[in-house]
Amino acid sequence: MDVTFKIKRYDPEVEAPESYWQDFSLTLDDSATVLDGLIKIREEIDGTLSLRCSCRSAICGSCAMRINGHAGLACKMQVRLAVDDDNVIIIEPAGVMPVVKDLVVDFDMFWSKIMAVDPYLRPEGPEPDAEYIASNEAMLHLSGVTACIMCGACVSDCTVMEVDPTFLGPAALAKAYRFTADPRDGDAQGVSRDRLEALNGPTGMWDCTRCAECVEVCPKGVAPMDRIMALREQAINAGFDNTYGARHAEAFSSSLEHSGQLDELRLVPNTVGVFNLPVLLNMAPEALRALTHGKLPPIIHKKIENADRVRKLFRRVEDPDRS
Amino acid sequence: MLEHDVLVIGAGLAGMRAAIAARAEGASVAIISKVHPVRSHSNAAQGGINAALTDRGDGWEDHAYDTVKGSDYLGDQDAIEVMCQSAGQALIDMEHFGVTFNRDDEGKLGTRAFGGQRRARTFFVGDFTGQAMLHVMFEQLIKSGVRRYEEWFVTGLIEEDGRVCGVTAIEIRTGQVFVIRSKTVIFCTGGLGRLFEPSTNALIVTGDGMALAYNAGAQLMDMEMVQYHPTTLAGSGVLISEAARGEGAYLLDKNGERFMERYAPNMMELASRDVVSRAEQTELNAGNGVNGCVYLDCRHLGKALIMEKLSQIREIGIDLAGVDMITDTIPIRPGMHYMMGGIKTDVDGQTNLPGVYAAGECACVSVHGGNRLGANSLLDTIVFGQRSGVHAAQACRDQEYIEFDVEQAARREERRIQEVIDRPQNGDRIGSVRLAMGESMNRNLAVYRDEAGMLETMHDLQGLKEKYTRVPVDNKNRVFNTDLVFALELGFMLDCAETIAVSALERKDSRGAQARTDYPNRDDENWMKHIVTVKGEEGPEISYSPVSITRWTPEERKY
Ligand SMILES: Cc1cc2nc3c(=O)[nH]c(=O)nc-3n(C[C@H](O)[C@H](O)[C@H](O)COP(=O)(O)OP(=O)(O)OC[C@H]3O[C@@H](n4cnc5c(N)ncnc54)[C@H](O)[C@@H]3O)c2cc1C
Ligand code: FES
Repeated sequence: MDVTFKIKRYDPEVEAPESYWQDFSLTLDDSATVLDGLIKIREEIDGTLSLRCSCRSAICGSCAMRINGHAGLACKMQVRLAVDDDNVIIIEPAGVMPVVKDLVVDFDMFWSKIMAVDPYLRPEGPEPDAEYIASNEAMLHLSGVTACIMCGACVSDCTVMEVDPTFLGPAALAKAYRFTADPRDGDAQGVSRDRLEALNGPTGMWDCTRCAECVEVCPKGVAPMDRIMALREQAINAGFDNTYGARHAEAFSSSLEHSGQLDELRLVPNTVGVFNLPVLLNMAPEALRALTHGKLPPIIHKKIENADRVRKLFRRVEDPDRS
Repeated sequence: MLEHDVLVIGAGLAGMRAAIAARAEGASVAIISKVHPVRSHSNAAQGGINAALTDRGDGWEDHAYDTVKGSDYLGDQDAIEVMCQSAGQALIDMEHFGVTFNRDDEGKLGTRAFGGQRRARTFFVGDFTGQAMLHVMFEQLIKSGVRRYEEWFVTGLIEEDGRVCGVTAIEIRTGQVFVIRSKTVIFCTGGLGRLFEPSTNALIVTGDGMALAYNAGAQLMDMEMVQYHPTTLAGSGVLISEAARGEGAYLLDKNGERFMERYAPNMMELASRDVVSRAEQTELNAGNGVNGCVYLDCRHLGKALIMEKLSQIREIGIDLAGVDMITDTIPIRPGMHYMMGGIKTDVDGQTNLPGVYAAGECACVSVHGGNRLGANSLLDTIVFGQRSGVHAAQACRDQEYIEFDVEQAARREERRIQEVIDRPQNGDRIGSVRLAMGESMNRNLAVYRDEAGMLETMHDLQGLKEKYTRVPVDNKNRVFNTDLVFALELGFMLDCAETIAVSALERKDSRGAQARTDYPNRDDENWMKHIVTVKGEEGPEISYSPVSITRWTPEERKY
């Protein structure tokens, strides 16, 4: 198979460094992965191409990069499936993290987020002589999260981190969930509560916009966004229901439950607090603009037809045994 | 000045375990690794880790016997006893650290069967046990407060008055050369799979530590014992774990027959690895394969079991060979997988060089002898990692730093490296020299060996070593210069390759992983001994070391 790798390169050691594109034409086996192609370039054509790679089997987490615009592991993607009609494949370094050289990015920020969630088991109470007793289901569930190889693909393509680097981000939050969901980690009044409280703050679990990009690009099926949603539920259940995020979720669902449709006008005050005048006043200009452009939601919120059926749905979700 | 009581080289399972243990002893500890710790090759371990837990009716003596037999009686029985006796606690420690081991119906740790063992005593996390353990070990490393040099490449050892007192290393991100002083050094640099092409091993597994220690005068032992794993994927040579056979998969020839019946009627597919690999190679040589492969058949295991316990290797089959093990057989063949030999140590990790320790795959205690049992290597890393960490830390207590001219040592190494970078651009490429070495090793030091073949490889290696002095480095800059790293690794690989070929030529019998067609039998009278190599004036020099036998007298091996 004859293919062209179009690679975004960067050399920090030239004067006024800037990224540039370079094309490499090569012939590969039909079964070759993108990583096989990059290694061939490096070994046979141009040894100055820098990239991280090691295991060749999607387990070491070294080779995350953007392939045709989306983050993924080069060793997990077959060239045959990645090329366009002209047999071209586009390779860039991972996003969000700064580039060090060519396809190598600086992971310092990635790891500092991981470190921020106290990433180790913190059991409370006496340690058993033998193993902790735990159900296989609980462990299999956790293994679905610990399958994370810290490749950074989710961070690369996280649409929040792209604009707000202070966000803890999908990898660190999934890591945090791995502990809050572990029956061996702290108890509900102690460590587990502390963990949730810390994640409940600004830059934490409520900053995710649920764009699902991380779920899409994760090569290991960890589904970080789903873990963040699970964290939110844990936080609310632990009594942390007094944040914008928690109240927003509550306002959203109670509006739907009662009328079958969203009461957009009341969503904002219910989220930030009806008496939170500073924030509400801040929003006044936007509300005015919406009004003048005919975008303000109706002042009188109506129930939809058959709203009672929506309520039934809610009941069924909340208490599946009863229905 | 960078200085630490204990410097651990390598941050795989052995290295991190050693560092945590040394820190717990109160020493100042640093760990240095050419890749971020969680990228270390330990993460590739799929199948699991062995331990005989007494509370489920297993006994460490049984585990030890299986290990001794598996080693073809070349393993040192005193060391094997230490490993198997410590296994239970070492495993429970890992569970307490947070590893999410699969459970049984009662919520206790669950087991699966593995090759060469009469009981199921392999504990596991799906089929990514190594990754699960490695990430948890990293969590504990963070907690321990050990200083980490991540993405630093060790290029040499510094010796003063016959004692190792530090290392030189390149900080890969900047390309700058540093000296790190230490009272003791623990090598935990892993195996050397990339000497062979193909291999199941990751691209970073290049025998650096063995070569560094060897060049400083350390003894290497059992270097002829290279494990070929029975189920590596056609093409890339990536591993399909023994867990598949542990869960009940079959090996089939081109006619769909389970040929293991003829080689190991009792254990069948779960005989020792050397036995199964030889059986496959024999079938392949007889023309009973297809395109150089036989088949691994998992179809009868059912989708549910495969998804719960073998999902990662299913993905590997799909991604790399385009076959789905739920519906298809997988083409596989024996492939280079593991190094039983390494830096000779005692049960506390101590080498023949004062202040230098080794643990994990780069070390040879020797608990694996002629053939390692599946799932004994992860155990080896954590048991001997911990022991060497404790011992090295204790050895520092009444030891002062040795004075030497740090600046000068750094400058000397900087100059040597600049010379490598400055080589003219007209020699053979790094990749082509490595490939020639890998193919030669895989041709002549594989499942079956003979003198003519091994001499051919010796000859090849001489030529390649000569070429090596001229391989050019394309990248003349310093920041993340992986080209330079490969050039230096290639030198380490060639040193190790030579010791393997020399040791294999020396051993004139067939035992464990070494099967010589010109000496087809095990000869206990003459060759029940370890082969030891040290660096001499003209290359490796050979001596012997006795095998420790405590309670199991050698007998013929049948499975
Ligand atoms: C595919 C595969 C599957 C396996 N499955 C199993 C299994 O199921 N059960 C089992 O028991 N065993 C298994 N093994 C074997 C086992 O995984 C390894 O033997 C073991 O993990 C080695 O661990 P280690 O700590 O010794 O070395 P590694 O994990 O390889 O770590 C080596 C470390 O040394 C560092 N290093 C090396 N050179 C340098 C240098 N020059 N400068 C700085 N740092 C350096 C590296 O960066 C790395 O951190 C498997 C092996 C493979 C290849
Ligand atoms: S090379 Fe290890 S994940 Fe791709």
